[in-house]
Amino acid sequence: MKIPLSWLKDFIDLDGLSVEDIARKLTLAGLEVDEIQYVGLPMPGYAAQDMHSSERHEFKTSGIAWDRDKIVVAEILEVKPHPNADRLTLLDLYDGQQTQVVLTGAPNIFHLKSTGKLSKPIKVAYAKEGATLYDGHADGLVLTTLKRAKIRGVDSYSMVCSEKELGITEEHEGIILLDDDAPVGMPLADYMGDAVLDISILPNMARNANVIGVARELAALTGRKLKPPTVDRRPKTVHRPPSTVGNINELVSIQITNPELNPRFVIGLIRDVEIKPSPYQVQRRLKLAGMRPINNIVDATNYAMLELGEPLHAFDYDVLVGRTGSPTHKIKIITRSARDGEKLTTLDGVERTLSSMNVLVCDEKGPLSIAGIMGGAESEVTDKTKNILLEGAAWNFINIRRTAKQHNLPSEASFRFSRGVHPAMAEIGVKRGLQLMAEWSGGMVAPGLVDEYPLKPKDATVTLTTKDVKRLLGIDLSAEEIVELLERLEFKCKIRSPQNAKRKSSKRAQPITNYESPIMVIAPPHRLDIGEGVVGLADVLEEIARVYGYDRIPSTTMADALPPQIGNPVHEWEEHLRDVLVALGFDEIVSYRLTSAENESRITQYDEYVRIANPIAPERSVMRRSLLASVLDSLEHNIRLSETLAFFEIGSVFEPTNNELPNEPRKLAVAMTGKREPNAWDVKDSPALDFFDMKGRIELLLSGLRLTDVVYTAIGASTLRQAQGDAPLPRRALGLRSATYLHPGKAAEIKINDEVVAAFGELHPLVKEKYDLGDSPVLVAEFDLDVLRGIAPTYAIKPVPEFPPILEDIAVIVDESVAASRLEALIRQTGGKSVTNVRLFDVYRGDQVGAGKKSLAYSLTYQAPDKTMTDAEAAAIRNKIVKRLEQEVGAKLRS
Amino acid sequence: MLDKLSEIEKSALDALQAVDDESSLDAWRVAHLGRSSPLMMVFSELGKLSKEERPTIGQAANRVKAVLEAAFAEKTEAVKRSALERSLSEEKLDVTLPGRPIQRGRLHPSTQQLRRVLAILAEMGFQVYTSREVETDEMNFQLLNFPPHHPARDMQDTLYVDAGERGDNPILLRTHTSPGQIHAMREFAAMNPKDPPPIRIALPGMCFRAEQITARSEVQFNQVEGLAVGKGITFSDLKGTLIEFAHRMFGQNARTRFRASYFPFTEPSAEMDVECFVCGGKGCAVCKNSGWLEILGSGMVHPVVLQNGGYDPKIYSGFAWGMGPERQLMLRYKIEDIRYFLGNDIRFLEQF
Ligand SMILES: [Zn+2]
Repeated sequence: MKIPLSWLKDFIDLDGLSVEDIARKLTLAGLEVDEIQYVGLPMPGYAAQDMHSSERHEFKTSGIAWDRDKIVVAEILEVKPHPNADRLTLLDLYDGQQTQVVLTGAPNIFHLKSTGKLSKPIKVAYAKEGATLYDGHADGLVLTTLKRAKIRGVDSYSMVCSEKELGITEEHEGIILLDDDAPVGMPLADYMGDAVLDISILPNMARNANVIGVARELAALTGRKLKPPTVDRRPKTVHRPPSTVGNINELVSIQITNPELNPRFVIGLIRDVEIKPSPYQVQRRLKLAGMRPINNIVDATNYAMLELGEPLHAFDYDVLVGRTGSPTHKIKIITRSARDGEKLTTLDGVERTLSSMNVLVCDEKGPLSIAGIMGGAESEVTDKTKNILLEGAAWNFINIRRTAKQHNLPSEASFRFSRGVHPAMAEIGVKRGLQLMAEWSGGMVAPGLVDEYPLKPKDATVTLTTKDVKRLLGIDLSAEEIVELLERLEFKCKIRSPQNAKRKSSKRAQPITNYESPIMVIAPPHRLDIGEGVVGLADVLEEIARVYGYDRIPSTTMADALPPQIGNPVHEWEEHLRDVLVALGFDEIVSYRLTSAENESRITQYDEYVRIANPIAPERSVMRRSLLASVLDSLEHNIRLSETLAFFEIGSVFEPTNNELPNEPRKLAVAMTGKREPNAWDVKDSPALDFFDMKGRIELLLSGLRLTDVVYTAIGASTLRQAQGDAPLPRRALGLRSATYLHPGKAAEIKINDEVVAAFGELHPLVKEKYDLGDSPVLVAEFDLDVLRGIAPTYAIKPVPEFPPILEDIAVIVDESVAASRLEALIRQTGGKSVTNVRLFDVYRGDQVGAGKKSLAYSLTYQAPDKTMTDAEAAAIRNKIVKRLEQEVGAKLRS
Repeated sequence: MLDKLSEIEKSALDALQAVDDESSLDAWRVAHLGRSSPLMMVFSELGKLSKEERPTIGQAANRVKAVLEAAFAEKTEAVKRSALERSLSEEKLDVTLPGRPIQRGRLHPSTQQLRRVLAILAEMGFQVYTSREVETDEMNFQLLNFPPHHPARDMQDTLYVDAGERGDNPILLRTHTSPGQIHAMREFAAMNPKDPPPIRIALPGMCFRAEQITARSEVQFNQVEGLAVGKGITFSDLKGTLIEFAHRMFGQNARTRFRASYFPFTEPSAEMDVECFVCGGKGCAVCKNSGWLEILGSGMVHPVVLQNGGYDPKIYSGFAWGMGPERQLMLRYKIEDIRYFLGNDIRFLEQF
C-alpha cells in the first residue's frame, strides 16, 4: 500500500517528524515500511552529486529531491514557434522573478503555438540551470544536471518538466500542467514535494489499507490528533438550481437477498456531472498511490477508496433507467447469488461465466456487476455520462476472496473486501465519493441515500483488568493509562466501579483489595478484527502493547516452574548416528522430499505414492519413497567433481495409506564410489572402493552404535528373484529384501537379533547404467532406522587382561563353498573363553591349495583371565580347533 | 721392544687420522686392534720375553692398547656424528608440497546450524520435540487459528496431497513446524489434564511451501520453533528470553529490536530484528541498508491455540517463535542462493 505523505498530512499534523521518523514509528507498530520513495522532499544523506552516498538509510530509499532554488512553479505566457525547428516551441515563461525563454518539444502545449498571448497563463514545473532531474529521454532512471546548450541555434539553459523528469511517474510525453491555483515562484518542493511510504499491510491490519487508517495509527503512536474528512460538507460550487433533483429514495430501491453475503448496501446519486480530468494534485496523488487517473468520476471513487478504505462503484444512472424500459420506472437494485453458468461482461471487456458462489449486483433486467470485484461493461461510466449512481456496500470477505481467486481478478476493491471492510464504512465512503465528485465535476448531489443495512455487526466488547495486562504483557499500567492508550485508537472505554461489578459478578462480598476495576472496551466502528472473550482480550492487549511501544516493555526471565524433562531419544540417537557416519568419512546431504516417480523408478518401481495435488513442477510431484534414490541423485550430480564420493542421508520416506496420513518411516541411505584413497602427488592408482570397503564401514558403524551379534547373509540371486514375486515376507523386511537394485553376487542383508535392519552391496550394473555414475563400482546401503533404533545396544566393557597373551597364526584349506563366517564361528566356539580374538589376515587361492579350494589364514589370540597361559596349553587348544574344523568342514591345516 | 710399541702406537694413531666412515673404521679396528694386529702380536710374544722385561713391556703394551681403544671409541663417535649430520643435511623435504589428504566426512550445513541453535536452546531449557511432515489441514492451520479461507492463509502457499475428497480437512505438507505445538501441548496436557505441566520445547524440522525454486525462494526448508507454556509467562518474558537467545547466537553485544507483527497463532505478535552483524548497523547490502536483520517471528501463544492444545488460556499463557537455520547461514556467510542447501554440490558442502 503506497501512501503519499502529503495525503497523510490532510489528516494529521506531522510537523517536527522526519519522513524516516514516521516510517520508523509505523514499522515498529506493525505497519512495515518496505520502501520510501522521495518525490521532491529532501532525502536523508542525499546530495545531487552524491547519489550513492554511503550514509545509512534506515529504509530502502529511492527517488529524487527537488532543489528548492532551482525547481519552481512558473507560468507560460505565450507559446512561440522555434525559428529552426517545426516540432519545438519557445515559451515565454514567468518564474516569479523574471521572464525567461524556454525551449520545449512538449506535445501537450503544441496546439497553443502561435496563438498569441495566452488569456489564462498555464502553470508548469520549471527547472533552472544547474537543477538535477531524471533524464526524460533515457531508459530507466538516470540523473542529469541541466547545463547551458544551444539547440538548433537557440540558447537553452532551463526546462519545463514532465513527470518522469521529476520522478513522479514514467510519463515523459508531455509536460506537467499544474492546477490554476499553483502559486508562481513557489519552490515546487514546497508546493507538491512528497514522499511515498510503501507499507506492507498485515492480514489483521486490513483496516489500515488506506490513508486515514495510517493517519489514525500515527495519531495513536505520536499522541497527536486525527482530523477526519468532513464528509457531510455541501459542495462549495453549486452552479445550477436544484429544481430537477428529487430525493434518491423516490428513484431507487435496494433488495438484499442474503444479508450474510451482503450485510449493507448504500447508494447515492449525483446529477449533471461534467466528465473531465481531475485536478492535477488529485491525479498526482492517485499516481503516487499506484492508480491510474481516468476521469474525475472514476478518480473520485478511487480517491475515496484509497483515503477511507471503502471501495466504491459508479454506475451510469441513465443506462440503468434505460434498462427499466420506462423513464418513470423506479430502479430496483437486487443483490443475489449468481446462477451457475450466468454470464456477465465485465468492464475489462471479458465475458465471464459465473457460478453460484459469486454474488451479483443486479437490476430487474439482470446482472450489473460482480459484487465487490468488478463492474459490468454496460453500466460503466463513459465520457457521455451525465448522472451517476454511486454504490458503497459491505460483502462477506471469504466469499469475495473465493470469487476473486476463482476469476483470477485481483483488484484494489477485492484486495480490501477480501480482508474485511466494516459495513459502517459504506455510508461514509459514498458520502465522501459524492462530495469529491461534486467538487471536481460541478454535479449536484441528490438529497438522501438509499441505505439497506440488514445485518449490523455487533460492536465487539471486551472486559479487561490491570491484572490481565500484568499477567500477559508483564507491565504495570493503571486503568486510566490503559484507557488513554486505547482511546487513541478510538476504542470506547469505561472503567466500571468495583461496586457495580461486584454486584454483577457475585453476591458474596469479596475483600476489596483483591478486586480490580474492570475496564469495558468497545471496538471502534471501523474494525472487524477485535473478538470477544479470551480472544478479544488478546486482541485488545496487542493494541495496548503496540501503542505503549514494544520497545518500552521490559525484558524479564521466565519465573515459571521448569517442565518435566522427557528429552527426545529418537532425535538424540539420530544425531549420534550422524556423528559416527561423519567420523567414517561420509558427507551428509539433505535432499528434496519432493521427487518424481520416473526418477525413483531408476532404482525401484513403486505403484503407490503420496502425490501432490498442486505440484510446482512435474519433477517435484510426489513424496519420495526411496531415500537411496535421493542419495544416488546427489552422487550423480557430483560424480565428476571428486575421485571419491561418500554420502549419507538420514530422513523420512513417505508410504501412502488409503487417503489418510502417510507413514513416515525413518531411513538411512549410504552410497559411495571412487578411489579407496584420495589421489595425491605420491598416491596414484589407488584401487576402487568395493564391497568390503562398504562392509568395513558398516561394521564400524554398528559397533559405534554398540550393536553386537550382527549377522551378514548373502541376499543372492534366488532371494532377489523371490522378492520380485509376492513372497510372503513381512512388510518391513520386504522393503530391504526386495533390494533388486543390488548386484546379485555382491549383496548382503544385515540381521541383528533376527531382525533385518539393512541391505547393502554393489549397485546392480543394469541399475547403474540408468545413472551417470562413472566407471567405479557404486556401493550402497539402506537402513531401516525404526528397526535399528529398537535393538538394545550392548554397553558391557571388558577389563583389560592382566596376563600376557599368546599370539599364533594358523592357515587352513577348505572348499570354496565354505563361508568365512562359518570358519570363524567354529574357531570361536571351540576356543571358548581362551581365544579372545580371531582375525582373518589372508585369503589365498591358487596352485598351492588346488582348484576349488581356498586357504584362510587367521591370527589367534590365546589368553587366560587369571594366569599366564603356557605354550603347551595354547597348543592343546589349537589342536582342538584344527580337529573340529577338520570334522565339520573338512579343513586341512596348511603347513 | 718399547720402541716397537711406540712405533705401533704412532702408526695406528696416524692411520686413524685418515678414517672417515664406518667401513674404514672397521678396517682400522681389524688392522690395529684385531687378533693379528702388530699390537696383539706383541701380547702373544710376551711369554718369550725375560722375567725382567715382561712386566715393563706388558705394562707398556696395555697402555698402548688402552690409548688405541680410547682413540677408536672417540673416532667411532665422530664418524657417527658426521654421518648423521650428512644425512640431516641431505634429507631435506620440500615442505611446500601438499599434505596427504584424508577422506573426512562433514555434516550438512543445515544440520550444523540446527545443532548450534538447538544446543543454545537446550541450555536455556528447551527440549527437542519432533513431529510428522505430512499433516492435516486441521493440525497445520485450523487448530492454529487459521480458519478455512482466512486471508492469513495467503501468507503460506500450501502444497496439498492428492487424497480424495476430505472437505475442509485436506492432507498437506506442513508449511511450518507449528503443528508440533499442538501435538506437544496435547501430549504434555495428557500427563495431567487437570493441571497440565509447563512446556519448553524446540521444534526443528523440514517445512514446505508451494513456491517456485529460485535463488530467493525454496519449496522445502528447515525451521526451528521454540515454545514456552506455563503459568504467568508474559510478553516481557518473551522479550527477555529471545534477547538472551540472540546474545548466545549472535554475540553478547548483539542489539535487538521488536516490531509488531501478525501471525494467526500468536497475539500479540512480534518480529525480532538483530543489528546487522555484517556491517555493525551502518547499513550494507545484506541488511538492505537498514542496519537491521529480520531474524525471527514471535508472539504470545494465541488463546485459541492454547485451548486447542488443552491449556486453559485463563490460567496458562506462553510464547512461541520461529526461525530459519538456512536464512541464518545465508546472512552469516552472505550466501546469495538458497538453492545451495538442497543442491548437495560438494563444492558448497565442503566449505562448512
Ligand atoms: Zn548490514
